[in-house]
Amino acid sequence: MDQLVTFAEQWIWLVIALPLAGFVFNHFLGSRLPEPLAGVIATLASGSAFVVALVAALPWIDGGRHGVTVELWDWMPSIGAEFEILWDPLSIAMTLLVTGVGTLIHLYSVGYMHGDGRFSRYFTYLNLFATSMLILVLANNFAMVFLGWEAVGMCSYLLISFWYTKPVAAEAGKKAFVVNRIGDFGFILGLVAVFAFFGTMSFDEVLVEPGAVLDQNWATAIGIAFLVAAIGKSAQIPLYVWLPDAMAGPTPASALIHAATMVTAGVYLIARSAAIFDLSETALMAVATVGALTALWAAIIAMGQNDIKGVLAYSTISQLGYMVVGVGSAAFTAGIFHLITHGVFKALLFLGAGSVIHSMGDEQDMRKMGGLLKKMPVTGWTMAVATLAIAGIPPLAGFWSKDEILSAAFNRGGYYQFIWALGIITAVLTAFYMTRWFVLVFLGEPRWDSDAHPHESPGVMTLPLVLLAVGAAVIGVINTPWRLGFEHFLEPSFESIHLQHAAEGTIAWVIAGIATIGAIAGVAFGYLTYRNRERKERFERGASRLLSGAERGFGVDGFYGKRVVAPLAATAEASARFDSKVVDGAVNGLAALVAKAGTALQPLQSGFVRSYGVGLVAGTLVLVVWFVMRGV
Amino acid sequence: MSELVIFVVAGAGALAGALTLILAKHPVYSALGMLGTLFSLAVLYVSQLAHFVAAVQVVVYAGAIMTLFLFVIMLIGVDQVEDTSETIRGQRVGAIGVVAAFAILSGYLWLSGIFSWEVVGTGTEPVNGSIEATGQLLFAEWVLPFEVTSLLLIVASVGAVGLALFKPRKAEDE
Amino acid sequence: MTVGPAWYMLLAAGLFVIGIAGVLTRRNALIMFMSIELMLNAVNLTFIAAGTALGDLSGQVAVFFVLVVAAAEVVVGLAIVVAVYRRRGTANVDELSEMSG
Repeated sequence: MDQLVTFAEQWIWLVIALPLAGFVFNHFLGSRLPEPLAGVIATLASGSAFVVALVAALPWIDGGRHGVTVELWDWMPSIGAEFEILWDPLSIAMTLLVTGVGTLIHLYSVGYMHGDGRFSRYFTYLNLFATSMLILVLANNFAMVFLGWEAVGMCSYLLISFWYTKPVAAEAGKKAFVVNRIGDFGFILGLVAVFAFFGTMSFDEVLVEPGAVLDQNWATAIGIAFLVAAIGKSAQIPLYVWLPDAMAGPTPASALIHAATMVTAGVYLIARSAAIFDLSETALMAVATVGALTALWAAIIAMGQNDIKGVLAYSTISQLGYMVVGVGSAAFTAGIFHLITHGVFKALLFLGAGSVIHSMGDEQDMRKMGGLLKKMPVTGWTMAVATLAIAGIPPLAGFWSKDEILSAAFNRGGYYQFIWALGIITAVLTAFYMTRWFVLVFLGEPRWDSDAHPHESPGVMTLPLVLLAVGAAVIGVINTPWRLGFEHFLEPSFESIHLQHAAEGTIAWVIAGIATIGAIAGVAFGYLTYRNRERKERFERGASRLLSGAERGFGVDGFYGKRVVAPLAATAEASARFDSKVVDGAVNGLAALVAKAGTALQPLQSGFVRSYGVGLVAGTLVLVVWFVMRGV
Repeated sequence: MSELVIFVVAGAGALAGALTLILAKHPVYSALGMLGTLFSLAVLYVSQLAHFVAAVQVVVYAGAIMTLFLFVIMLIGVDQVEDTSETIRGQRVGAIGVVAAFAILSGYLWLSGIFSWEVVGTGTEPVNGSIEATGQLLFAEWVLPFEVTSLLLIVASVGAVGLALFKPRKAEDE
Repeated sequence: MTVGPAWYMLLAAGLFVIGIAGVLTRRNALIMFMSIELMLNAVNLTFIAAGTALGDLSGQVAVFFVLVVAAAEVVVGLAIVVAVYRRRGTANVDELSEMSG
């Protein structure tokens, strides 16, 4: 074991360096390679990072071992920000998720991006994305987190607008970037506050005993600032609007952004700063409230979506809401647990959706699908697993993590039992809309356009699906009420924190029972409603106002457009006018003045040495007079 | 008494030479006027006991520099008689103006007594401008500037050689 | 009787003003050059007179340095005049103007 710890200390930098090397290699040479090679290299880079991380993680698997820090080089010593890796259970969990799921997505992309003109460029971005996310999760100080944070933001922009010739994709990339800036602003405020109080950004000093430095009000302030950051990055109310639009990117990129990497960064940030949130009940309540409202709101919208990826996008927002509820209930382990399970089954769902879109010839409207299970058995059955997993049907992964979050919230009591109630409602809705999604796509009568020829995807795409489906089925067992392996594993990262644990005994059974009954009811209602055309139409007529509102996302985008974007645009235009008229006018006027003065003075520059001599002597005279008057 | 005589005679010579310099139409006469001024100044230096400087004045200025001037005058056309009519508009007025202003200023300063300071050197021990005294001061207190001037002279001679070596281009480049 | 330094200053001022007049009115580069030398000599005279009056030999050393610099200046200046003459065929400074203003 000690040898493995040494291995981790010596070689952990490879986890960041390998994807980075893949990025550099593909950036410079990728376009010269024959098509699959760039993808294979990127996959190998990511995969070997996963292997290194796995080996380095072995000593920690049993739990109870503290993290190690590895300083790679001095970066900004004066603010306590070295380039330093923190290898503790929390970062191990995140790293394994990012590299593991990331590798499968890389592999899948080799098939999905087949024939794209910018094949190698896509993998360049993918590797850079993985690198950035690994910098974020492996950082040992807030400055490095911020570096990774901004880098994933940039990569998400590159990937969402990967097909930048499509106006929708270009717009979506811009939107994601701009909306994320608002969250980044919160992050920067938090960073400044942390630095102002602690004089350093290093986790070693900030997170050990922040209570000695911060009073409760400032802990709340910093917590709220980090919450704003998480709201932006993890797509919570009110900044979630970028995520549905981000579906314009290639589907595997969506899987990477919305399952394994970027959106989890906000949850990770809150979990990592647990010591600060631990000081402030107010901040935690704010976090939990935002999470619960987001979960419910996004679930309602997801019910009305007709785009195969749109449902998944809102479902991601909703599930992120669960994670935020988890960390907001101080059940940080539960939040991270759900982050992991969700990372697996949501990646699976996106990749499955990608497989469907791929075989349907870029058709994304679920109303033109149906009956695909026969045509695409592997995709269909893995999606069935994923649907049941996200719906929270035991014993699949989603059940365990969602139940633990809800149980912890309930167990915390008081206000949090209201949060729990919202969570249960959301769980029912989740089961319903995911079943609707599955039924519309895979069951029922085929409603394809005549020129669609659905077919099963190639092995390079189905292999990741199968692997992820196995993961979605069994990964829940790492943390069950009977054996809290994952919680025990994470505990060293949350040592000094008052962790909220899930309920035990009879209450646990009751809560789990309610959740399960709710999930089964949701699935059953969804299946029965959408399997039968008559009932479906009756339901859609009955709930038409809700559904049509949900389909449009309740006009939130329009509202933002009118109330936020338009006034800003008007201000910008006014500023532009001010700039072109007043500022430019002043500058141009000055330039014109200089030009005129030059023309006026031109005769003085005669080229006659003797004329210059007169001036010289006159100047000397003035100087002499001045000297005399000064009284030399 | 003798100093007054020397001052009046040599001073008048210097002024006469200077006026010749700027008024003569022919450059050779100008050079001769300059020569006269230089000699007159050397005489004044001697009367101020600046023997070494006076010697250098004669040897270097009158001997070397003026010879160089005469060489160049011969080289670029000894018979070039300058047209004294002014061609630059306003130049003559300006020149007369500043020259008059300078003269008036000098006169004003002289009358204001700014130069009539207490004479300290005379009567007690006159300043000894001998070679020994000057040399000692030069090589003790002023040795660094002295060495720097040697560098200056080398640079100047290299520059002169360089200017002489450059061949004019074939055509006037205008 | 001795002549006070003020008279030497007056003489030097006269020579200097004559030098200025020469620079400003003559257009033969050589004569302008000599006028400048004349101005330098006027200044030298003030150094000598002041040094004597103040009992300080440094005045004469200063004259020595002015002489050396003047010599260097003449060397380069005359070389330039010759070079210009070879190229342009004139030593008239007015004709050397290439400005159109």
